[in-house]
Amino acid sequence: MKTAAEIKTNKLTLVQAVTDGLRTMLKEHEEVLVLGEDVGQNGGVFRATDGLAAEFGEDRVMDTPLAEAGIVGTSIGLAINGFRPVAEMQFLGFVYPAYEQIMTHASRIRSRTLSRYSVPMVIRAPYGGGIRAPEIHSDSCESLFTHMPGMKVVVPSNPYDAKGLLIAAIEDPDPVLFMEPMRSYRAFKDDVPEEKYTVELGKGAKLTEGEDVTVIAWGNMVATAQKAVEKMEAEGISCELLDLRTLYPLDKDLIAESVQKTGRAVIVHEAPETGGVGNDVLSVINEEAFLYLRAPVSKVAGFDTPFPFFSLEEEYLPTPERIVHAIKKSVTF
Amino acid sequence: MEKEFPIRQVLDGEGNITDDSYDLSEELVKDLYGKMLRARTLDKKSVNLQRQGRIGTYAPFEGQEASQVGSASALGEGDWMFPTYRDHGATLTFGHSVTTIMLYWKGRVEGCVPPEGKNIFPPAVPIATQLPHATGAAMAEKRKGTDRVSIAYFGDGATSEGDFHEGLNFASVFKAPVVFFNQNNGYAISVPIEKQMNSKTIAQKSLAYDMDGVRVDGNDVLAVYFETKKAVEKARRGEGPTLIEAVTWRYGAHTTADDPTKYRDQQVSEEKRNKIDPLLRLERYMEKQGFFDEQWKQDVTAQCDREIEQAVEEMEAFPDADINDMFGHVFKEPVWTIEKQREDYLTFKRGETV
Repeated sequence: MKTAAEIKTNKLTLVQAVTDGLRTMLKEHEEVLVLGEDVGQNGGVFRATDGLAAEFGEDRVMDTPLAEAGIVGTSIGLAINGFRPVAEMQFLGFVYPAYEQIMTHASRIRSRTLSRYSVPMVIRAPYGGGIRAPEIHSDSCESLFTHMPGMKVVVPSNPYDAKGLLIAAIEDPDPVLFMEPMRSYRAFKDDVPEEKYTVELGKGAKLTEGEDVTVIAWGNMVATAQKAVEKMEAEGISCELLDLRTLYPLDKDLIAESVQKTGRAVIVHEAPETGGVGNDVLSVINEEAFLYLRAPVSKVAGFDTPFPFFSLEEEYLPTPERIVHAIKKSVTF
Repeated sequence: MEKEFPIRQVLDGEGNITDDSYDLSEELVKDLYGKMLRARTLDKKSVNLQRQGRIGTYAPFEGQEASQVGSASALGEGDWMFPTYRDHGATLTFGHSVTTIMLYWKGRVEGCVPPEGKNIFPPAVPIATQLPHATGAAMAEKRKGTDRVSIAYFGDGATSEGDFHEGLNFASVFKAPVVFFNQNNGYAISVPIEKQMNSKTIAQKSLAYDMDGVRVDGNDVLAVYFETKKAVEKARRGEGPTLIEAVTWRYGAHTTADDPTKYRDQQVSEEKRNKIDPLLRLERYMEKQGFFDEQWKQDVTAQCDREIEQAVEEMEAFPDADINDMFGHVFKEPVWTIEKQREDYLTFKRGETV
């Protein structure tokens, strides 16, 4: 074990931490391949694969034809035959052509062959609103994948977790959707260890300790919730902020323990409310903390509308004010 | 385009040699005949088992034995096979076990598991989705530096799917060692090929990928065998993928749940049995060559019957499906959600029997 002082760290943004995670794994494992649209020489539209083709060669960091189903389909073929492909979807909103490959093959090959074949594949995809992107680019469709048996779904909210979760996802023996919060890509920097480390899949994080209400968020919404929590603290309401980090499987114990303590919960996500992962969080609370509740659990979520053109995106996305409102309603119930 | 992509044939329906550039040994001919008879025996038995309610819905391939046996016989030991649900004639020939194939149709997941060391992927049910897999697995072999190849099976309807294009395009771009083996049996369930595409051949679609395209008589096992072998050897040499269109015919229904008389004259189909049948033409050829004898046929038939009957017994004696297999193979490491569902369900079941 190295002491903290011995671990060399770099100040990285979230997207740089993703690159660092990819580099770490490309270096360590010959079988790791990166493939997608524009990931080679261009380094990805967000520069998430910047410099990797030059460092590891274009046969390991591959520009592919513009075809999401083809990218995932060939990645499946590579994965069942000894490789660990990391496939990039340029935006999560572009994943839909690949949905069939993920739903009917990637996620169930292990199951339908009694583990003879497996798909150790990561699908990386920037997601979420708030960057004035053209339509379709801002979709947050995680629940299409949490509902899919055989898939894990991971969402970091900060640079440290991004690298650690990505490495854990690449090492995972099963397919993982790795959602990258676009709005947080360059929002701030963290100390990110240069060496390899992992953040365990299936484990959330308690970001602030609190007594009165549990606020649960992930990805882009963690920063938004953080602002609400700070406002509440100033008004004397103590919030416990949870960053779920993995959306399937959920960190049941973290949620249960917190809500059993506070008796109140506000769930925040930018995906449409109906059918969102918030409902699964609610279900955990219902099973694990029903008798501890002092107020109905509330959700602050995107609306059941298509993600709007960006002129209205700030109306659509949960804001600190809406979260504050929900927290106040909860504590005054 | 029918001129640019002529149907290659070695034997016509009457068993006459139409292309004498191949060495047709008695051994090869008898071997292919035996494999086709084995496939047909399995197929006919399966239809009967479905009729008797002993297996579920079944997708017959009778009439397509030459395509499946000829192509599968051209592969090598470590190659990869990506079949559909109508290609168990090919998987059988490539080394799948009869019992396993039957278990698949009996609704058993064990039917997807190939024998140890055999690279046979489970049948693709969603149409054309296996083509990109074949490309990816072939890219993997290329990266590993082996000379192994992939073969993907698919029907005429599959060429309308986006995955057909993506699979071929990726293979072409990455020069992957793949053989795209199309069985054009003229119908996608009920829709005839004229309604499926406006092109006269499927082989011509290879032009779009700057890929070799070959049209072959899919009821001529020798033509299929030799053309597939050429494509396989080309792929092994690192010269990229090939699209083969095997023009064939399914005598029967799409599946046992389908009634073909609703969309075509089955009399026409029955007449084909005497004109283009893969087995009959080989018998006719052997007779003409003077090495067909009735006793040999009876022996081979009896051997196939015995093997298939024994497999039926094994299938029916197979232990009951285990619900732990359903819960236990979703992920390598158990996740709490599925574990909890399993425990709750088992508790419920135990409670019910008290």
